[in-house]
Amino acid sequence: MNIIVCVKQVPDILEVSVDKETNTLIREGVDSVINPFDLYAVEEGLRLKEQYGGQVYVLSMGPPQAIATLRQGLSLGAERGILLSDIGFAGADTLATSYTLAKAVKKIGHFDLVICGRQAVDGDTAHVGPSLAEKLGVPHVSCVIKIHEVTEEYMIAERITEDAKEKVKLSLPGLITVCKGINEPRFPSLKWKINAARTRVEVWSAHDIGADESKIGLKGSPTRVVKMTTPQHHRAGQMLEGPVGEQVADLVSKLRERQVL
Amino acid sequence: MTKCEVVIVGAGPAGIACGYVLAEAGVDVIILERGQYPGAKNMFGGIFFADQMNKLIPEFYTEAPVERFVAKKHYALLINDSEVSLNIDSEEHKKPPYNHSYIVRRSVFDKWFAEKAKAQGATIICGTAVTDFVWRDRRIIGVTADTADDDDNVLLADVVVCAEGANSMLSEKAGLRNRLSMRARCISVKEVIELGKDVIDERFGLTAREGAAYEYFADATPGMLGDGFIYTNMETLSVGVGVVISELYGRRNPPSPNQLLDRFKNHPCIRPLVKGGKTLEYSAHMIPMDGFRNLPRFYTDGLMLVGDAAGFVNNSICHEGVNMAMASGIMAAETILANRQERRYDARALRQYEHRLKNSFVLQNMKNSRDFIDILRTHKELLNNYPHLVQDVITSYFKVSDVPKSTVKRDISRMLRSRVSVVKAARTVMALMRGGI
Repeated sequence: MNIIVCVKQVPDILEVSVDKETNTLIREGVDSVINPFDLYAVEEGLRLKEQYGGQVYVLSMGPPQAIATLRQGLSLGAERGILLSDIGFAGADTLATSYTLAKAVKKIGHFDLVICGRQAVDGDTAHVGPSLAEKLGVPHVSCVIKIHEVTEEYMIAERITEDAKEKVKLSLPGLITVCKGINEPRFPSLKWKINAARTRVEVWSAHDIGADESKIGLKGSPTRVVKMTTPQHHRAGQMLEGPVGEQVADLVSKLRERQVL
Repeated sequence: MTKCEVVIVGAGPAGIACGYVLAEAGVDVIILERGQYPGAKNMFGGIFFADQMNKLIPEFYTEAPVERFVAKKHYALLINDSEVSLNIDSEEHKKPPYNHSYIVRRSVFDKWFAEKAKAQGATIICGTAVTDFVWRDRRIIGVTADTADDDDNVLLADVVVCAEGANSMLSEKAGLRNRLSMRARCISVKEVIELGKDVIDERFGLTAREGAAYEYFADATPGMLGDGFIYTNMETLSVGVGVVISELYGRRNPPSPNQLLDRFKNHPCIRPLVKGGKTLEYSAHMIPMDGFRNLPRFYTDGLMLVGDAAGFVNNSICHEGVNMAMASGIMAAETILANRQERRYDARALRQYEHRLKNSFVLQNMKNSRDFIDILRTHKELLNNYPHLVQDVITSYFKVSDVPKSTVKRDISRMLRSRVSVVKAARTVMALMRGGI
């Protein structure tokens, strides 16, 4: 089974804060990490490989420092790491990103399954996986929480929705996006760390994947950010004052007002 | 199981130097480092004696991240609230190769050095703690890392070089070392204090990349075997004290090392140099002080110890450690290269490593200073009475007043007679000359 896992380097959300004036993320001095959902995607790919044979490739688009994220994928057990890096890719929205990834997947050639994390924690759109499937002309199942069965022709995957679980039969080649809980990601072993350190991450440019310049980066991105706001957390708590007896009476009348009592 | 020719445990000065030499000769070498990057866990005071480095990478200082070169040296006795000092300030030290003395920060420098070894072909794996050796027929044939429950965490090698540092758990497991003795360990604590280049240049009389190394003895650590230091980085000062750990025990209310550092920083002669700065980092490090007489065995079948793991720190005034670490790493590499054709790394073949050490400054300097710590320990007057006496003699002699010089001289000679036993002093000096300094 040949599996391509798409991964993204994101700022560590535990460290990120928002600039109150510009409403943008303060990225300076913040470590970059692999998108947490993508870690489940890599793990699922490795488990399928271990069960059914084949190879796992990790694929990413980003600046040169994203090589570290692909190395992480290699250190977990992937055979090959490919970074799409080109100044022309900068400023891509989800449409341009899925176009670019699709071009790279086509260049890689044969695959049985593409796995993505359900969404990236920096943009939170969950667009890229399904959009990539469309561009590749293969079916997809999103939010997969369990894989029940895999054959050469199809897989049966369980996905979660807001209020239900669905079992879906997906013909292969196909694409899935995975949720937290599908597996417990492993720690890198020494053997694979050495392999990662000794494997060269391939870097492909827009030219290498034969991308149409009008469809990549800022040019290929119809999304416009009109306004950004930071959600405010309102605390509705109220302090009651006075002697305890009065406070109790006050509390009871307030609860009655809100029809809690 | 993965296999390579040489595994080196630890990416400090010794491990990286060893890996550099091996990789340069085309050996398949892997360095395993516990920290997240080479240098992440490495610490020292700050002065780097670089003649070994210059042999590996000539004129390294033109590209390496060195803070400043040591243009001025300052050796001082701190006494109560005063200081008597000796300054060395030479124009010669301000020209390349700068007397081979540089001020560096390990976390930055070792990262750079590791990249150099990588460029030679060494593989460096970080975030990996080696937990044990792999043995076959009483011979070390590899290492296990982290949770060693599967073959994927085993790395086999023809020979292992252990550069694990002062906290020498693996060397103990190999049976080369006994458990740590508190008499044989020094604890050093250091603050990095930000003052800005201009303030540092003005306070220490420096320009451009000139740096100063200030070493303090006697009351830097009052009544204890230890010393203090201030080294100038580019924008910050490294200020610290070191004390032999056993000195802190057996006392009522022993001060903690950071209390000693605070006391040092607040000495009237130190305070003006460090005042107004902001402390950016606080770190502590253990220094092996085995000394020549208590060194561990350096090798066994399939294994060599280098650097701090082997106790290669010279307990002398000169604070030799990193240069010895690098030299031992280089000699371990040379030993491997000499035996590489036959692929024989049993104890008999590795004895050559000991020969190399004995014929070099590493063991010769350690032998030269073999009794230094013991002499200080048994002749406490060297750290207490004598410095105070020197201070009193010098202050009296240079004091200008209406007391005639002849009277001053008579008073001084009385002072000397009452506070020093000539025989005892002569013995101490003899002992120091023989095996101290």
